Amino acid sequence: MRLLAVDHLSVARGGTRAVEGVSFALDAGEALILRGPNGIGKTTLLRTVAGLQLPVAGRISMADDAVAYAAHADGLKAALTVTENLRFWAEIFGGGQIGAALAAMDLVSLADRPAAALSAGQKRRLGLARLLVTRRPLWVLDEPTVSLDDVSVGRFAAAVRAHLGAGGAALMATHIDLGLAEARVLDLTPYRAVEGGVADPASFNEAFA
Amino acid sequence: MLSLLKRDLSLATRAGGGFGLAVAFFLILCALVPFGVGPATTALRPIAPGILWVGALLACLLSLDRIFALDHEDGSLDLLATAPIPLEGVVAVKALAHWITTGLPLVAAAPLFGVLLHLPGSAMPWLVASLLIGTPALSMLGAFGAAITVGLRRGGLLLSLLVLPLYIPTLIFGTEIIRRGAERGDPATPILFLAGITAGVVALVPFAAAAALRVNLR
Repeated sequence: MRLLAVDHLSVARGGTRAVEGVSFALDAGEALILRGPNGIGKTTLLRTVAGLQLPVAGRISMADDAVAYAAHADGLKAALTVTENLRFWAEIFGGGQIGAALAAMDLVSLADRPAAALSAGQKRRLGLARLLVTRRPLWVLDEPTVSLDDVSVGRFAAAVRAHLGAGGAALMATHIDLGLAEARVLDLTPYRAVEGGVADPASFNEAFA
Repeated sequence: MLSLLKRDLSLATRAGGGFGLAVAFFLILCALVPFGVGPATTALRPIAPGILWVGALLACLLSLDRIFALDHEDGSLDLLATAPIPLEGVVAVKALAHWITTGLPLVAAAPLFGVLLHLPGSAMPWLVASLLIGTPALSMLGAFGAAITVGLRRGGLLLSLLVLPLYIPTLIFGTEIIRRGAERGDPATPILFLAGITAGVVALVPFAAAAALRVNLR
């Protein structure tokens, strides 16, 4: 089953084109890793696929409400505990199992601790546990392994593999090797927009974005 | 959406949430005015409706930039934008949470502050009624301003400049209700105008604010 099809996509950040003419497709059970030098537009591309930005050109086809997006910020509230943070996102996204998500990211012993008292790596793990409770088929992940130790990276790779096994798909930008042998890799370097090229505003609103 | 309301309310009431800030500001303002203009009833009574409403308005303004800025900083806003609930619903719920934590305590505390300003007893029910009808519009318009300025560094001043002019109709009709109530006149007309403003704002602003958020998230 096709979960995502991207056709000749061009994206822009702040009026400057980032990558142009990117095409790829993701079926159920597939993972795609985006690579490329800093600033080429991986984050912009992922935000566009997640629906937070409009594409400059090209088409993105997927089902409504398919994407679970995770970026540099984890969307955690410092005053709430680990469980409360996770329960909130589970309720908003219409509910996966909190207990299973906590166990998958090894957060059970921290369940009652306020998010303010977590280390950077623990926050990241909580941010990734959120993906498990969204029950969305397509994970769009921007540098998911930042500040994770080796054991946690392995745990995260296992969670991605389980997600793929359950018929999901994942689109990731990452610089490190996750040990996901089945994942395809797409190098964005050949798609870099021509230097100094300025995007035409896609719409009136885009001119002010 | 209910869980978003619950989360915002529990965040506001926990440490550092800013609950009670508006009431404290309102109290300080109403306590300072008699020192400034003198404690005589003849001096205070005519200006009491205006002071009470301007105080409520400024107290409301204090916490407006928190509506979206905090969620924008920690990434929650991006995640809410990709969530199954519509962004218009997010705006409406967050404005409602702001009203419950800011507007509602002001409504409850207002009669006490009215006494400080020698507001006659006959005007007290109208004071409560005008704030109850008018403050939801303040929170909703504030959410619109907060949506426009989200992501701007030190957007607070710009937010005030954008929002305060929009508050003027609410201020005019709100004080008129109390003034007529104090003079035992008929406050029906300003009440209807104030209710109309609030109804219009609550119905239309979520769409405008959600559109502004979408542009700002890009």
